[in-house]
Amino acid sequence: MYDVIIVGGGVAGAASARELSRYKVKACVLEKEEDVCCGTSKANSAIVHAGYDAATGSLMAKLNVRGNAMMEQLSKDLDFPFKRTGSFVICLSEEDMPGLQTLYDRGVANGVKDLQILNREEVLKMEPNIVDNVYAALYAPTAGIVCPFHLNIALAENAFENGVEFKFNTEVQNIRQTENGWRIETNQGAYETKYVVNAAGVYADKLHNMVSEKKIHITPRRGDYCLLDKTAGNHVSRTIFALPTKYGKGVLVTPTIHGNLLIGPTAIDVDDREGTNTTAEGLEQVIGKAGQNVKNLPLRQVITSFAGLRAHEDGHEFLIGELEDAKGFIDCAGIESPGLTSCPAIGEMVAGILKDKMGLELKEDFKATRKGILDPDTLTKEERAELIRREPAYGNIICRCEMITEGEIIDAIRRPLGAKSLDGVKRRTRAGMGRCQSGFCSPRTMEILARELGVSVADITKTGGDSKLVVGINKDTL
Amino acid sequence: MEIRKLTCISCPMGCPLTVEMEGNEVISVTGNTCKRGDIYARKEVTNPTRIVTSTVKVIGGAADMVSVKTREDIPKDKIFDCVKSLKGVEVKAPVHIGDVILPNAGGTGIDIVATKNVEEV
Amino acid sequence: MKSYDIVIIGGGPAGLAAAVSAKRNGIDSILILERDKELGGILNQCIHNGFGLHTFKEELTGPEYAQRFIDQAKELEIEYKLNTMVMDISPRKIVTAMNRQEGLFEIEAKAVILAMGCRERSRGALNIPGYRPAGIFSAGTAQRLVNMEGLMPGREVVILGSGDIGLIMARRMTFEGAKVKVVAELMPYSGGLKRNIVQCLDDYGIPLKLSHTVVDIKGKERVEGVTLAEVDSKGKPIPGTEEFYTCDTLLLSVGLIPENEISNGMGVEMNPVTSGPKVNESLETSIEGVFACGNVLHVHDLVDFVSEEAATAGRNAAAYVKGERRSAQGHEIRFLPVDGVRYTVPVTLNTARMDENLTVRFRVGAVYKNCYVGVYFDNERVIHRKRQIVAPGEMEEIKLTKEQLLKYPDLETITVKIEEA
Repeated sequence: MYDVIIVGGGVAGAASARELSRYKVKACVLEKEEDVCCGTSKANSAIVHAGYDAATGSLMAKLNVRGNAMMEQLSKDLDFPFKRTGSFVICLSEEDMPGLQTLYDRGVANGVKDLQILNREEVLKMEPNIVDNVYAALYAPTAGIVCPFHLNIALAENAFENGVEFKFNTEVQNIRQTENGWRIETNQGAYETKYVVNAAGVYADKLHNMVSEKKIHITPRRGDYCLLDKTAGNHVSRTIFALPTKYGKGVLVTPTIHGNLLIGPTAIDVDDREGTNTTAEGLEQVIGKAGQNVKNLPLRQVITSFAGLRAHEDGHEFLIGELEDAKGFIDCAGIESPGLTSCPAIGEMVAGILKDKMGLELKEDFKATRKGILDPDTLTKEERAELIRREPAYGNIICRCEMITEGEIIDAIRRPLGAKSLDGVKRRTRAGMGRCQSGFCSPRTMEILARELGVSVADITKTGGDSKLVVGINKDTL
Repeated sequence: MEIRKLTCISCPMGCPLTVEMEGNEVISVTGNTCKRGDIYARKEVTNPTRIVTSTVKVIGGAADMVSVKTREDIPKDKIFDCVKSLKGVEVKAPVHIGDVILPNAGGTGIDIVATKNVEEV
Repeated sequence: MKSYDIVIIGGGPAGLAAAVSAKRNGIDSILILERDKELGGILNQCIHNGFGLHTFKEELTGPEYAQRFIDQAKELEIEYKLNTMVMDISPRKIVTAMNRQEGLFEIEAKAVILAMGCRERSRGALNIPGYRPAGIFSAGTAQRLVNMEGLMPGREVVILGSGDIGLIMARRMTFEGAKVKVVAELMPYSGGLKRNIVQCLDDYGIPLKLSHTVVDIKGKERVEGVTLAEVDSKGKPIPGTEEFYTCDTLLLSVGLIPENEISNGMGVEMNPVTSGPKVNESLETSIEGVFACGNVLHVHDLVDFVSEEAATAGRNAAAYVKGERRSAQGHEIRFLPVDGVRYTVPVTLNTARMDENLTVRFRVGAVYKNCYVGVYFDNERVIHRKRQIVAPGEMEEIKLTKEQLLKYPDLETITVKIEEA
């Protein structure tokens, strides 16, 4: 019997677990995939929004601004990369200025600090690659960029180290109320718990509707992206948003925390909750629109494209709280943009609700910090030489595009909630995320995974389940 | 009379060749634009041969696999007999270029030899 | 800090041939830095035959060809380090490298020869829509899995791209028991050698669909199939021509890109057409004493020409170190590739530095039949060579002599073009 079961190991679930782990509580995260950060959390714009988008007074607005404010300290505590780079919303004509002014006013009302409206010259001085016909821009210095994988993984690892259990490949099939709480039936058997947190992303409506008569509806809203090589990473130094106009919503252009350039997303409603396939139309839209605000985009430098699904709830609002008709069932649903930004505040809010309901006490031995995977690039030459003397694996480059060493990959596999698949290694270390897209390093990473996990190379998967990378040995069917 | 159609591989032109045959006798080659096309066509229709390359597993070596080839051309229609004869073949390191890995592969009379050095570890 | 006369980045065919040549031209202090666990580079996984016809007058497999050069390098006692990654090179030729034994270390070089080779273009570069499941491999990655590790990447295969590696892998996968269903090529012609189309596809009844591409990839965990469509003359898929192929594997053989991150880091000037450094007649880059050869300079189709080019780089690097390099009197003559000629290597020449003969290599941008290769010294045509066919997949060359060039003391531009009959 658990006190709390959190369904979903994305950023919302992991942040809730981490905040909850401050208290004396027996908690568990159920995740249907083989790793955390496998849904919406892994494929998004990786932006820490300033907070002028959401309607004033909404929970979204409140948690966005709060999450943004918390992100910096959290990134230090949990050792994940975050940079306050600032953002622009580009306005191309005088006619559209009222729209920009609305964003400014809303931002001020939402409590966003240091917003400014810049004129054309000021914009071009700060971002020379903005199109020449720019009219003005809303500048939000508090916006930033983050590594969503590292954020999610850091939260989960820290929760785990503070006693939260994680069960992977565990898909919830049904939830029933019992005398003492809830019985959660999964493909791996049933779990009993007093409280349930529904952080199931695009599936959150399904879970909600299993227990409540007040139905909610989530639409998977696909966003297609293109990622450009690091040679294009300095094309802009801030996140460049398009001001929505009568011609529609544009796409953003942003540097990523690891130095690439990201363009996207589209917003295409789909039926399939696993429908993360890009489409020709989607990619065309991204490429077509990216140039509207940023000129000379080196589109030949695209190294990969991908799509993520937003968990869009009909009311476009975060639904966080205990259900009136299902006591002990706490929704954490409708977490779409700015969900990544808000996640520290979401976690705080969910844990706060549970603390109040259950009268939880703080743990004396809560460990508030966590060390990430050592990035040898952050060391001096002397420190690096010393590291290799101690651990020769740090002298062996496996991914030559991102210059990732065997030492980092071994760390990614051996650490708490470590990587079990090629993509798990990639999200933790960036091995395979570079310009050759794992062509060179994947056979080598597979070997390391097999060795570390004590399995055959033939059993290594791309991302768990049936995603085996090789299907047999030579001539086995001859 | 039999008509065989081929693509010449002697150069990037890739001339479409037409060979007229009477039994095993070549009556004519047409479609070629140079002498090499004629030579290629006559060989290809009467005695097509190929070098076959593959790999086999190595035990106790610095590499898991060693590359191999038929020491000489083998008849084209024996290719799969030859490849299948390598199924399950393992060799012990060390192996050196030219070492016989499998004699008389697939009944062709041609040996399979190593094309790489794999030292013992 | 250790110092060497010549440091060679890469121990594949280019690096080995450059080292051997530099040594034979009188330089003793040579170091090859190789990132893999053995010398030979990509040849180690190219187990098929067909290498060496020009160099050794016999048909060798890739590993055999590599071994010939490895043997020469060992005989000449050329120093090398394996499992060693070069992290960067400063414009003043301080090489920073790393390996397990020595950690991070620096080496000073009088001359550097860049011989890092190339990498494969990935799916991302093509923006192929669809899912991103397991089972999508570049042809070279599949080649490594099958040939070096004995592992089968899949059972039912569709190949996109008819570059030579893709064609070779079609046959290779067939030999190992896989069913290769089709090879699709975006262009109206194959980028591979005719011989490979016949002996790797036709021999096994594998269809080649020209002017076709992959427009969708199905399968969330492992590839379940791909959709091919015909493309128009601009390479755009034609609606209504889609055809679905069930398969568990998609191999990509869609081009090679010279691997020049280190060169870029040094500040070497690049040619955007080849993605390789701009070099002069000595195969020297824009940084004095830094030479380039092989696939890092421009992608070759025959290793024999890599070896030949690398020998030239090695010889010139040796001359540079010995201070024998003829002084840069005279002026730089510029090559101008036009009318179907995409680029030339080198991009400039100086008669005061050049050898008696110079081979200029180039590629064309389309297939031309019954055409002429025309070379103009300024406005005067000096070469008019009939060619039955030239194609993008096969590198072309012209030979210039010093004697001939010295007759034109004011020459500024050498134009190379394709002239239709």
